[in-house]
Amino acid sequence: MFTSASNFSNNVDAVFLYIAGLSFIVLIGIIVAMIYFVIRYSRKRNPVPTHIEENLTLEILWTTIPLVLFISMFYFGWVGYKDMRAIPSDAMQIKVTARMWQWTFEYPNGLKTDTLYVPVGAAVRAELHSVDVNHAFYIPAFRIKKDVYANKNNDIWFRSEKIGRYDIACAEYCGLKHSGMYSAVYIMKQEDFDSWYKTTSAKAGLQPALTAQILK
Amino acid sequence: MAKTAMPEEKVEPSYLEVSTNKYKKGILSWILSVDHKRIGIMYLFSMMAFFTVAVFFGFLIRLELIAPGRTIIDAQTYNQLFTLHGIIMIFLFIIPGLPAVFGNFFLPIMIGAKDVIFPRLNLMSWYMFVFGGLFAVASMLLPGGSADTGWMFYVPYSVRTNTNVLPALIAAFILGFSSILTGLNFITTIHRMRHPDMSWFKMPLFVWSLYATAWIQVLATPIIGITLALVGIERVLGVGIFDPALGGDPVLYQHLFWIYSHPAVYIMILPAMGVVSEIIPVFSRRSIFGYKFIAFSSLAIAFFGSLVWAHHMFTAGMSDTAQFVFSFITYVVSIPSAIKVFNWLSTMYKGSIKLDPPFLYVMSFIVQFSIGGFTGLMLGALSLNIHLQDTSFVVAHFHYVMFGGTGFGIFAAMHYWLPKMFGRMYNLKVATWAWGIVTVGYNALYMPMFIMGYLGMPRRYYDYLPQFQPYHVASTIGSWILIIGLIIMFTNLWIGMRKGPKTSMNPWGGETLEWKIQTPPILENFREVPDIHAGPYDYSKYETKKETTK
Repeated sequence: MFTSASNFSNNVDAVFLYIAGLSFIVLIGIIVAMIYFVIRYSRKRNPVPTHIEENLTLEILWTTIPLVLFISMFYFGWVGYKDMRAIPSDAMQIKVTARMWQWTFEYPNGLKTDTLYVPVGAAVRAELHSVDVNHAFYIPAFRIKKDVYANKNNDIWFRSEKIGRYDIACAEYCGLKHSGMYSAVYIMKQEDFDSWYKTTSAKAGLQPALTAQILK
Repeated sequence: MAKTAMPEEKVEPSYLEVSTNKYKKGILSWILSVDHKRIGIMYLFSMMAFFTVAVFFGFLIRLELIAPGRTIIDAQTYNQLFTLHGIIMIFLFIIPGLPAVFGNFFLPIMIGAKDVIFPRLNLMSWYMFVFGGLFAVASMLLPGGSADTGWMFYVPYSVRTNTNVLPALIAAFILGFSSILTGLNFITTIHRMRHPDMSWFKMPLFVWSLYATAWIQVLATPIIGITLALVGIERVLGVGIFDPALGGDPVLYQHLFWIYSHPAVYIMILPAMGVVSEIIPVFSRRSIFGYKFIAFSSLAIAFFGSLVWAHHMFTAGMSDTAQFVFSFITYVVSIPSAIKVFNWLSTMYKGSIKLDPPFLYVMSFIVQFSIGGFTGLMLGALSLNIHLQDTSFVVAHFHYVMFGGTGFGIFAAMHYWLPKMFGRMYNLKVATWAWGIVTVGYNALYMPMFIMGYLGMPRRYYDYLPQFQPYHVASTIGSWILIIGLIIMFTNLWIGMRKGPKTSMNPWGGETLEWKIQTPPILENFREVPDIHAGPYDYSKYETKKETTK
């Protein structure tokens, strides 16, 4: 069920597994140590406690070792995040408008849809705008999310890697039908996208010829 | 443990029998009392009333989520319930839970004082607490219905919804002042009212944690007061501050909100860490390991905890510099918490451990708080945060810290100190069973949320996609087990405090000052202050050999 479908998915999952793996080891250590102490030094087995006040070496060790590990976690998170901010200049431009409680997608030629269609492998930059309250644009399978505001145009980008249909959810609470504010992104073969784009634009009376320009 | 032993010295009437005012008995002798112990008890009962309501709301939320679509309530009611659940749990249970109840009762005793330094102000704080709570309740009953904004009142939704946001804002505002005044009272008490022999490093660690907490209460809470007042002004007068339609900035609101509400998380967890630091040495019969490291880590948490608020906003579109800095400091603030956990574990090493209920709750605390901390590390990593922000992973994370941590800390404190406060003991066997049920139910409730959160289940959702249902069902079943455990636990405590066998002065063998005075304590606590020179965790009477490694 761990659907991964964008250029970010594997990296985010790797950071997760790195931190979760380390955490799991330490957590098991904590639990095992605690249970061992509770049994080994129970009042029955060990009626006479030993007085130990502190141990500077230990304190230094369990301050510096976590510090080093934490900095590594921070670093991997930061590196992955920088990729999310490095938007390619040739990305296909989509304007996303959020309102209570639906999404609208606008293509460069003015074509508007309620579902997003994107060719596989193409970089897509979505410019996010809200006409009312705060929302958040979230595609779980792509591991991306960004808040959507009325007074600023946040942007987000992805490069899809697998053909298919993926959910778009609203992740910032926006009132009554917040949980129904779902849409979907269809990742299509380039040819399929081209023909979809051409026919849908023609139906809407728009210039379809721009396809080649926007996708280079 | 001597359950039925009579107090070792001559018995004086306790604070439960002696009034501080002209009313000898009855409700007025309580609600007009300035005795810190009576005020602590009053907080205890009012807090428990609010807690019961919020647990019931939580139960309804979970029941609704057992299946997609409508199950028992409509979407609007659901939104109002999770808002009230949050407001009540945070402002009326977790924040006042330890400082206002057990801090009020035991802080003066632990430092050898007769009372807090401003007893009247203390009573006033309780009144503000109750009035604030009543405003929250009123918002439910007034036409329009209670607020449906979530406890964080994010603008612009909170400016536009037609529900009773204003009473809820006023409630949070008043409760904030109650919290500030309690903090002020505690800081001053700790500085000015310590017994002359009670030097800083002889203070029990619970007092240290309350001291760190009080500073956050005093410094951070005014910000939320002003911010919520601004939202009220925006709502009523239409002044554009946060609402973009009026020329305001919603992200500014989020900054101001979290500048308080993140430190508030430490207001909630620090006192629980203090409780853990009290309980482990007593039941291990050993001096606490690394006293100074635990004490200073509280201050470090209070300090660094004030600098990480924007990690709640990594998806808001802040500058990369801000993202970098806030992510980094988030990792820094994890260090002192890790230090505490390791010191607690080391305190058990070579101790002489008795698994009484308070210690069992502490064991749950350590594991659950660690899980909360580890998942916090995941949320602190920028790229991962982008995916997990506003999913049920975050819900599980903060419930692991706030409930699995602080909540269990409060339960531990109840099992540890209630016998001292009421002079009676609860049934230990039942308490142990209740602990087991509560711990199992708790983990069954929140563990599935981590998984479905990672799979993309957003939070504050009334309805959800069918693939998430197995996790929701598991979680809801967990909530039933948890509530059964809570009912057993509280019933056992209630019966114990009313009818349980009388307990001795020191049923657990503690060495801090509250265990060296009469049970229940007398008015003004001490006939004479016991010898303090030994320090709070001196168990030398049990020890034969001494090891001081340096």
